[in-house]
This record gives sequence, structure tokens and C-alpha cells, in this order.
Amino acid sequence: MSEQPAAARPVRHRAAVATPAGETRASAYVCEAASCMSAQAHDITVNLAAQCAAAGLTDVMVKRVGCLGLCAAGPLVEIPQTGELFAQVKPGDLGGLITALKSVKPGATPKPQGPFFEKQLRVATENMGRVDPESLEDYIGRGGYEALQRVLADMTSTEVREVVSQSGLRGRGGAGYPTALKWTTVAKAEGKQKYVICNADEGDPGAFMDRSVLESDPFRILEGMAIAAFAVHATEGYIYCRAEYPLAVARLRTAIRLAQRAGFLGANIADTSFTFDVQVRLGAGAFVCGEETALIASVEGKRGTPRPRPPYPAVEGLYGCPTLINNVETFANVPAILRKGADWYASIGLGKSRGTKVFALAGRIVNTGLVEVPMGMTLREIIYDIGGGIIDGRPFKAVQTGGPSGGCIPADYLDSPVSYETLIDLGSFMGSGGMIVMDDTSCMVDVARYFQDFCRDESCGKCVPCRVGTTQLWMLLDKICRGQASLADLDQLERLAKVVQKMSLCGLGQGAPNPIFSTLRYFRDEYLAHIVDKRCPAGVCEIVRLPDARPLDAQPTEVPA
Amino acid sequence: MPVLHAKPAPPSDDKRWKIVETRMRRMGDRPYALIEALHAAQEAFGYLDESALNYVGDTLGVPHSRVYGVATFYSYFTLKPQGEHTCVVCTGTACYINGAKEILAGIERGLGVKPKQTTPDGKLSILTARCLGACSLAPAVIVDGAVMGKIGAAELVAQLEAM
Amino acid sequence: MTVYTLKIDGRDVAGSEGQSIMDVAEENGIDIPGLCHLPGIHDRGACRLCVVKIGGSPRLAAACVTRIAEGMDVVAHDEELEEYRRAATEMMFLERNHVCAVCVANNHCELQELSADLGMTHFELPRISPTVDVDLSHKLFGLDHNRCILCLRCVRVCDEIEGAHVWDVMHRGLETRIQADMGVDWGDSATCTSCGKCVQVCPTGALFEKGRPVAAGTRDERPFLPWLRVHQEERGL
Ligand SMILES: Cc1cc2nc3c(=O)[nH]c(=O)nc-3n(C[C@H](O)[C@H](O)[C@H](O)COP(=O)(O)O)c2cc1C
Ligand code: SF4
Ligand code: SF4
Ligand code: FES
Ligand code: FES
Repeated sequence: MSEQPAAARPVRHRAAVATPAGETRASAYVCEAASCMSAQAHDITVNLAAQCAAAGLTDVMVKRVGCLGLCAAGPLVEIPQTGELFAQVKPGDLGGLITALKSVKPGATPKPQGPFFEKQLRVATENMGRVDPESLEDYIGRGGYEALQRVLADMTSTEVREVVSQSGLRGRGGAGYPTALKWTTVAKAEGKQKYVICNADEGDPGAFMDRSVLESDPFRILEGMAIAAFAVHATEGYIYCRAEYPLAVARLRTAIRLAQRAGFLGANIADTSFTFDVQVRLGAGAFVCGEETALIASVEGKRGTPRPRPPYPAVEGLYGCPTLINNVETFANVPAILRKGADWYASIGLGKSRGTKVFALAGRIVNTGLVEVPMGMTLREIIYDIGGGIIDGRPFKAVQTGGPSGGCIPADYLDSPVSYETLIDLGSFMGSGGMIVMDDTSCMVDVARYFQDFCRDESCGKCVPCRVGTTQLWMLLDKICRGQASLADLDQLERLAKVVQKMSLCGLGQGAPNPIFSTLRYFRDEYLAHIVDKRCPAGVCEIVRLPDARPLDAQPTEVPA
Repeated sequence: MPVLHAKPAPPSDDKRWKIVETRMRRMGDRPYALIEALHAAQEAFGYLDESALNYVGDTLGVPHSRVYGVATFYSYFTLKPQGEHTCVVCTGTACYINGAKEILAGIERGLGVKPKQTTPDGKLSILTARCLGACSLAPAVIVDGAVMGKIGAAELVAQLEAM
Repeated sequence: MTVYTLKIDGRDVAGSEGQSIMDVAEENGIDIPGLCHLPGIHDRGACRLCVVKIGGSPRLAAACVTRIAEGMDVVAHDEELEEYRRAATEMMFLERNHVCAVCVANNHCELQELSADLGMTHFELPRISPTVDVDLSHKLFGLDHNRCILCLRCVRVCDEIEGAHVWDVMHRGLETRIQADMGVDWGDSATCTSCGKCVQVCPTGALFEKGRPVAAGTRDERPFLPWLRVHQEERGL
């Protein structure tokens, strides 16, 4: 209790944008997403605008944009005409930028930007770092709301669902459920009132894709939700966003206000009979609220505890009404699919995983930040070509995907393509898209213990196997890490993990043993080193030597009777 | 559906109750406004005391035991006043493997406080969070609302001591 | 009302639309264990003891909250399920501090009975042993958190039948506790009507009547609770 991260107050600044009256010769795009904002990015925008004015650069545009992707090197400023990216810019030292802006020739073409950018394919994040997240005109200028207008003018809801079905889009929030199938269930469910909910709870530690999308291109989510609402006959929508993301919340609220004013939300959208409005609801620090039934309970003002499914929310959701729940990134793909066509989208990808996926690269990797790649790209390309490899050139040990329900994939499988299916085959999980890279300074038993600690801390406490079992798993892992476990404890661990997986009520408990299964599968030798040799190969765990080697609770306790 | 219970008066004439009241009224004083109302009260007063919980529960017609159940379920809500300054240490995965453990250990060594504790002089509260979404700056902390990234334990402790 | 036919453990049984697997099993004398289930109040599928296999699906379903369907093939008893049930029961024992010999519910405790039915002889999992309170502030009743398995029968009975909503749950995960009003002592609760319904439905010795002798004789069945039956009929269950 009483963890109170981030500032509860929204961080909002007035735009300080220099807009040339005539032709724009050069522009400076200043990243004002959370990561760069925390490094005084807004001061850069303000100072740069002022200094351009002072230097008489009336044909230069200074604009605030969302995430430029390479968060590790922030604060970032880009000159899109030349493709130059300025890293670690200091608000007090903008001379270099001014010089560069002065020297841009009219009609310059951007030069190639290196593999971090060149190997990416941007669909959900196509506007990221391009549009001002608080400007509706800017969004419309880049094709925004074209899709919604076309849908409302020319299409039936069945046709919209058909397009989404043919695109092969699957949910980006975790399990990869076919989006069109869910939409059809909601559309066909009985009930006059239906709801659309955007799941922006993004609780996986080490994942920040949804945050960047919301901060960089909020209108896109509103457009995607409106299209979905049209397709499933819903009139009201909610965005359930973590309270830890004050900037995303502030920008969403701004976007909703601007969209309402422009007639893209509310009654009679784009002068049709279609009516749809959206409200933001704040989470309050509970990972389990990302689970859809818990999320619904939370929107209803209750404790965020999941309930057994069926009935699925698509049939009985918010206030008992049919409810469509999709992830932020799922909605972000929708406008592009309707604008560019199902065939185009379906042409990208691998097997049953179509389109692109946004990943948040973090951990012991050089280019931490946000990337979007076609499904089917190999882990090696993502981590080495785009991610720039491991910090200090250390050896790669594993990449963790799928958050607390995911697993750790070792070096042997770096050449595996990334898709929903391959990750499951490797004992991991797509999850929401966090990729945490680990080198030889990480102990895999310690990592398993870390995730178990997370799960037991975030367990809602409703069902017995998760409430009690995750703690017992953690106790066993802790015993192993401290060098006090026996081989019998290892058997116990595997047996208990199976029980928790099979018996738990919701995905949190069912997925909690996954980090254990995957580390046991690939790094059993590390477990054995702790248990048999009483040593931690990575030198992370503090091995506690007992006076005599007797394991702590070797004797079974009697059932009280 | 009309609201059948009488609306209670705010616990005091503190102007901040107006904000809470307005937020609840906008949602029709219905039970589903509970979490929004708690957010409003915590934003206004910094924490949720019993009078706030009672007031919100009575206005929305939610049993007291349920208000308490909700307020204690979510880690964002706090029922105790916090220190003058707060330092939130991220213990998310990216920060964990980049040294969050050392930061917490450093704070405990240097300042003698553990997570969820406040220094005896009431100056500083240490909190933890699972991922602030600033993983590219790992290890990340938030000191009084400002994110600081790639920070070492010693450097942070020195800063906190100076406050 | 539509009647469905289905199989439970190979037996052909029938039930009507909207009934749960648990209801139909009960009607047909097939015993599926369950501790959070109590006919007459809403099921929540939380103790997980009633999990069954349906039609060869790898996902287990809680019988108390799964509605029947035509042609369903349910396995309610096999080696694997018994093993899981034993593990879950073991977790309930190890989560708090159950010392049966000195418990008011000794020999009429549903948890104890269940462990006997499942043939449990010893525990292997780690014991959690938290320090928790005993609340003796109410003039008639007591609450011993050491013996609470968080089935929430008390919470639901108090809300759904007595309409007092004295009880709810606070905190989460392993810290979850039942709690009265704003986490006050039971005796200080402004809403408690002292009706005793919660005490009557508690499956263990967590809620008890004061002054009842420890280890009160042989196992007796739960007394017939007419108010529960009336409610059950009203809801058409
Ligand atoms: C414990 C748990 C946490 C989850 N957290 C999230 C989350 O943070 N964001 C998200 O979009 N989905 C999350 N999900 C998945 C959702 O339940 C749901 O499947 C998803 O939002 C559906 O959207 P999609 O079909 O677009 O993927 C979580 C699931 C579980 C079991
Ligand atoms: S699995 Fe865990 S989080 Fe899910 S319902 Fe059970 S206790 Fe709650
Ligand atoms: S006190 Fe008894 S009835 Fe209430 S939750 Fe605990 S075990 Fe169940
Ligand atoms: S893990 Fe620390 S900010 Fe994400
Ligand atoms: S009786 Fe079904 S889960 Fe408890």
C-alpha cells in the first residue's frame, strides 16, 4: 500500500511553437514525450523558439512532437529536412542546433538515419515524433480522421469488421486474440447499450509502448476507438489509463476536448447519425487491473478483482452490457488499416501474426527506446541491429518478453523470428511488448525470484492458488537464491508451479509460473549451481551458509487433526 | 434512477471539499464514481483520512466497509500523510537489472529509511513503484514529481540529504 | 425453461438453462468439493476447489460459476484434479495458523473435513505463518483471522441477505483480510445487527459464537439455515 508513484498533478505546458508565416525552410522537432520531458525538453522548445526569433530565422518551424524513439539519448531534437538527430541537447546550449537550422538548404532531402530507424516499419507509431500531440490540425494534416470519415460515409459496420478481419489484426495487449472476432461478438451480443474500452493500464514493468503512443499521438487512439464503436454499435467509450502516466492523461484529456469541439466525438459525428463519446478513467496502482474483468470492476469503482470467464466482457461487461476491450496499440493500428487497406496490412508479417509490433527495448541494451518492426523480424535484428547490442559489449544472456507472465529466451534462439506463435513455442509470450535484455551480470534464478515477487505483490488475493501459491513459489526461489535449498525443493518448485498455473482464476496467477518454467528450461544449470554447489554464477545472489547443511524444512508437517 | 440517500455535508468548510464534491456530482453521485472521488480527495489533501472516506462513501451511497476495501486495494491511495518530500524509486524490471536494488540499499544505509517509510523528522518518504514508464532512463526515481534517470545511489542520497 | 443433458464423470444428467455444473452435480448426488460455494448466495469461483475439466479442454473451469450447456462432458474427479485439490487445500492450511486441536470448530470444520476426504496426511509446501489478530470485541461473537480462508461467505451473506454490508475485504494479495466498516473492531461496528448469519455460514472456526466450548464433541452437520433456503428460492436457484 501507499506506493504513490509519479506526480498526481498533470504536467502540462503551453505550446511554444514558432510557425513561419510563409514557406518552412527548416524545422526543429523537439521530443516532448515523458522521457525527454524529464530532461527539460520543454525548456528546449521555449529557448529554441526564442533564439530562432532572435536570429531572424523566420522560415524555421519549431514544434513539439511525441516520442522520437531513441529515449536513451534524450533529450532529442530532429531536423526532419536533413534527418539530423541531435542527442542529449542542453536547453542552455542550442548554438549547434541554430547553426544547423541556418544551413538547411530549401528542398533538402533527408539522409539515411542508420539501422535504428531504417530497419523499423512504422504503422501504429507512424505519427510518433511527427505530429504535435496537442494539435488536431497537425493530426489531420497527416491523414488523421480520413479513415473515420470514410467509414462513416461509405461503409457498414459489417464491412468495417470484414476489413479488420482480412487484415489479420490480433490484439496487442497480450494474448493476440483476433480483433475482428471480438468485434463481431460484441456487435452481435444482445443489448441496447454497448461500450468500448481502451486498455491503457500498461502494467508490465519494463514496457512503455502504450505510454509513448498516448503521449505522442492521442487522436489516433480516439479515432481507432470511434471506428471500433461504429463497428460494434457502441456509443460510449472509456480509456482506462494508469495514474502513473500524468502526461499521457493530460494529453488524452486535451485531445478529447479538441475532438469534441471539432465534431469527431459526441453526437452526430462528421454530420452522420453516429454518436460516440469518450471519458478517461484513472487506474490507481494495481497491475491486475490490466486484466479485462478486473479493469471493468475498477471502472465501476470497485476493487479490481477479476471474475471467472465466461461470461466474457464481449457479452457481459461494463455494467453488465456487452463491452469491447482492446489495447492501445490495437486501436492505434485500426485507422491505418482502414486508410491503406486490409491487403496492405496483411502483406506485412509472418504466419498468423500479421502487421507490425511495437517493442520497448530496455535493460542492458545500448539503444533503449521504442521500436516498431514487422512481425517475423528476428530477435538478433531487433537487439543487435536496431538495439545496438549490449552495453559495454558484454555477452548477451537472455531477453525477457511478455512481462511477469512471460519468459526468458537465451542466446541460442536469437535467430528466431518474433511472432505470437514462435514466442509461445520458446516458452515465452508476446505480452504487451516489453523486451528486457540481460547480460552476464543477471542471475536467472534471481530474475525468476524478482518476477515472483512482483506477482505475489500484485496478486489481488481473490483466489487461493495465486494468493498463497505465488508467495510459496517466491519462498522456494528465495531459499534457492540464498543457497539453502535441496534438490527436493526444486521438485517442489516445479510441482507447485504447475498447480498455480492450472488452478488460478485469472491470467495473473496462471502466468505467474512462466518465468520459472522458462528459466528452468534454459538455465537449469544456474539453479543447480545455487542448490548443489552453493554458488551464484553471476555473483548476484548472497549465498547464506548455514552452520550445518541441514535443509530448513525437510520434515513434512502433520495435518492438524 | 434518483439517488435515494441524503447527501451529507462536507467534513469541514475547507474549500478543497468543493473539488471533491464537484467531481462526484459530475458522475451523478453514483457508486461507480468511488475511485474517481478518492483520486479527487487525494489530489486535494495529499492523502485519504477517515473523514474523507466517510464523506465520499456517504455521498455515493457506498457502504463504509467497501470504501475502505477499495482505498486499501489500490497502491496509489495512501491513508497516511506523506513526508514533506517524496522519493519514488522504480523497482520495475528495467530498473531492477540496472541497479534499483543498490539504490534502495544506499538510501537505507545513508538515510535509515526503507520503502514505505518516512524519516523520523517527517521530511522524506520513500516509496516504490513498478515501472514509471521511463525505462530508457533506468534506474529511474521521481523526487517530488520530477523524474531523474540513470542515477547512482550515492548521488541520489546526497541530493536527498541536501533537501 | 430449456433443459440440457450433459455428462458428469460419465453419468448422464440433466439440468435447466442457467444452472451451474455444481448445482446439477449436487442435485444428482455427485460431490464436487468447494468452500466458497454456498447455495443461496452468489458464487465467486475463488477457492478453486471445484475445478473440473470440460470436454478435454486444457483449461480447468470452476464448477460453481460455470453454466451448463447441452452435451457438455464434465470430468469432476480424476487423479490430476484430486492432486490439485489437495495442493489448494494445503495452501489454505498453510496460509494462516490452523491449530485444530484448540479450535472451536474442531470436528465440524469444512476445511478439516475436506482434507480428510482428500486423504491428506502431511504438508510439503512452505508454511507462511503470518502474525494475525483475534478480534474479541463483539459481545456475542469472535473473529480469529488465524483461521480465515477468505471464502467471503460472511461478506456475501451480510450484504446479500442481511443487507447490512458490515464486512468487506481490505488490502490485497496475502495481506487480504476481512474487515468491518472502516477497518474497526467488530464490537465498534455501527452497522452490525448482531444477527449472527456470518457466524453460521463460516466454514471454519474463524467466526465463532463466544462461550462455545473448544472441541465441541463429534462432527455435526451444518444446521439447517431456513433464511438461506428462502433466499435461494427467491432467486430461483
Ligand atoms: C494480469 C494481466 C494484466 C494485463 N495487463 C494488460 C495491460 O496492461 N494492457 C493491456 O492492453 N492488456 C493487458 N492484459 C490483457 C487484457 O486482459 C486484455 O486481454 C486485452 O486488453 C485485450 O486487448 P487486445 O485484444 O487488444 O489485446 C492483461 C491481462 C492480465 C491477465
Ligand atoms: S489469479 Fe491472482 S490475481 Fe487472478 S484472481 Fe486469482 S488471486 Fe487474483
Ligand atoms: S471469516 Fe469465515 S466466512 Fe468469513 S471469509 Fe473467513 S473463513 Fe470465510
Ligand atoms: S522499469 Fe523503471 S521505469 Fe520502467
Ligand atoms: S466452490 Fe467453486 S471456487 Fe470455491
